[in-house]
Amino acid sequence: MNSATEMLAATSQPMRHRAFDVWSIREDFPILKRQVHGKPLVYLDNAATSQKPQVVIDTLQRYYAEENANIHRGAYYLSEKATQAYEDARVKVQHFLHAPSEREIIFTRNVSEAINLVVHSYGRKFLKAGDEIIISAMEHHSNIVPWQILCEEKGTLLRVVPINDAGEFLLDEFEKLLNPRTKLVAVTHVSNALGTILPVRQVIDMAHHRHIPVLIDGAQAVPHFQVDVQELDCEFYGFSGHKLYGPTGIGILYGKAELLEAMPPYQGGGDMIRSVTFEKTIYAPIPSKFEAGTPHIEGGIGLGAAIDYLDGIGMEMINAYEQELLAYAMKAVGAIPGVRIFGTAREKAGVISFSLEGVHPHDIATILDQEGIAIRTGHHCAQPVMERFGVPAMARASLAFYNTREEIDALVAGISKVKEVFG
Amino acid sequence: MSDLRELYQELIIDHSKRPRNFRALEAADCKSEGYNPLCGDKVTVFLELEHDRVKNVSFQGSGCAISTASASVMTESVKGKTVAEAEALFDVFHNLVTGKPPATDKTPELGKLAVFSGVSEFPARVKCATLAWHTLHAALQGKRETVSTE
Repeated sequence: MNSATEMLAATSQPMRHRAFDVWSIREDFPILKRQVHGKPLVYLDNAATSQKPQVVIDTLQRYYAEENANIHRGAYYLSEKATQAYEDARVKVQHFLHAPSEREIIFTRNVSEAINLVVHSYGRKFLKAGDEIIISAMEHHSNIVPWQILCEEKGTLLRVVPINDAGEFLLDEFEKLLNPRTKLVAVTHVSNALGTILPVRQVIDMAHHRHIPVLIDGAQAVPHFQVDVQELDCEFYGFSGHKLYGPTGIGILYGKAELLEAMPPYQGGGDMIRSVTFEKTIYAPIPSKFEAGTPHIEGGIGLGAAIDYLDGIGMEMINAYEQELLAYAMKAVGAIPGVRIFGTAREKAGVISFSLEGVHPHDIATILDQEGIAIRTGHHCAQPVMERFGVPAMARASLAFYNTREEIDALVAGISKVKEVFG
Repeated sequence: MSDLRELYQELIIDHSKRPRNFRALEAADCKSEGYNPLCGDKVTVFLELEHDRVKNVSFQGSGCAISTASASVMTESVKGKTVAEAEALFDVFHNLVTGKPPATDKTPELGKLAVFSGVSEFPARVKCATLAWHTLHAALQGKRETVSTE
């Protein structure tokens, strides 16, 4: 990542996109107009799920009103239309990740399923007892538990790269964990609990130096900045559509073709076969091999619409704006007496996790909710992170490019109200 | 703000900041652990029984204001009660925080527990208010495994 100043400079250069105007962008998201408990909604739980622009909502509506048919089978107009729209969405995702081929883009339910696919297909075939898998101390449970399931089944071992007090990934500790038994590295790109951007470029280089494949959980990265899987050179990259302003129930696994081709299917069913007899089934080529059954068609098409929408704004613009807003929020929230911020990595994206002295995060969230402010509290599906910082829970405000400084001010005022209630 | 004051009544704030009977009980006959994975709240309830009566009760743990205050007021409320009376009180309390009408027949007096009536307006907080009670119930039943609100 560039520094914030470099990114701000970048926004002043001539762009192919319109200038970034948060107030006109907010018009694209109908839910942002609503009130909660009589107050304007201040939605600061974007790391959990993002709100949807009208164009995504319209796309889903239009699909069912005008194009609905099952894909990859009907020799009739509607089925061809639906198939075309679904496959177009795959190409949009390919371009969005800068993947070499649309054959390397597999539709899943979410990033959890993307990781499970790699665990069950790649892991079961290529990993054996005694092999080591390296993750980081700030993984979401979805990049911990699937590997633990494999470890129980196969006798593989999980190794964990520690983090420092700022919530930064320790590359030298990672280096120490690498050994001839290391057979896979699976780390998050951005921490959902701390916002830390991991040095995945170096992680991948160091792993590749020893011929170890790398999986990146990009769920918290793709909504915030441009990701280029060819530049990263990772073997696998996954993300969830609903965090990227698309529908729920649709996710992506990118995988290098030669690996995907060598991997067995994840699930069996319709659409993933070339021919079936009771004696032998020949699987379809990738990506169909990994997409058993009728997929989440409108989800894929809706995700394509979300990507088009983001392309229209530009991820550089989004990143520059969010970095500026994050810096403002970190300063404003951090300045409140009694507030402790968790996650102060030099490179971070859209997350402000905090505690308030003498007040449990759950009470903070209830009081903020009365002010129309939505934040997350709890362990954020990252209990090891809570343990690392010695707290049972954290309050977390997470940003999107439709959030404003005024909303951060509302958050700060809301936290003052919390202190008022607790005297 | 009025709803908030309904929830965070002074007595609740007071008990959350200065919980009563907040200690381990050396002479405990049974204890039980409760856990709310949603907010990470943990509570351990210690019980000393004499015949069929709660001679002493205490708790330890960490949690939000509602769960801490609820545990604290609970210990005050059930001390000296018979097991059956304590269980009956849980029923009444449960109805109170979930906004169900109290049973019409002879129900135990709520006393201080009445301050938790505001919880019924906050469905997300019902589990906070009942965690200690579920844990007490488990302790009374002699269960020793962790009770989860999920």
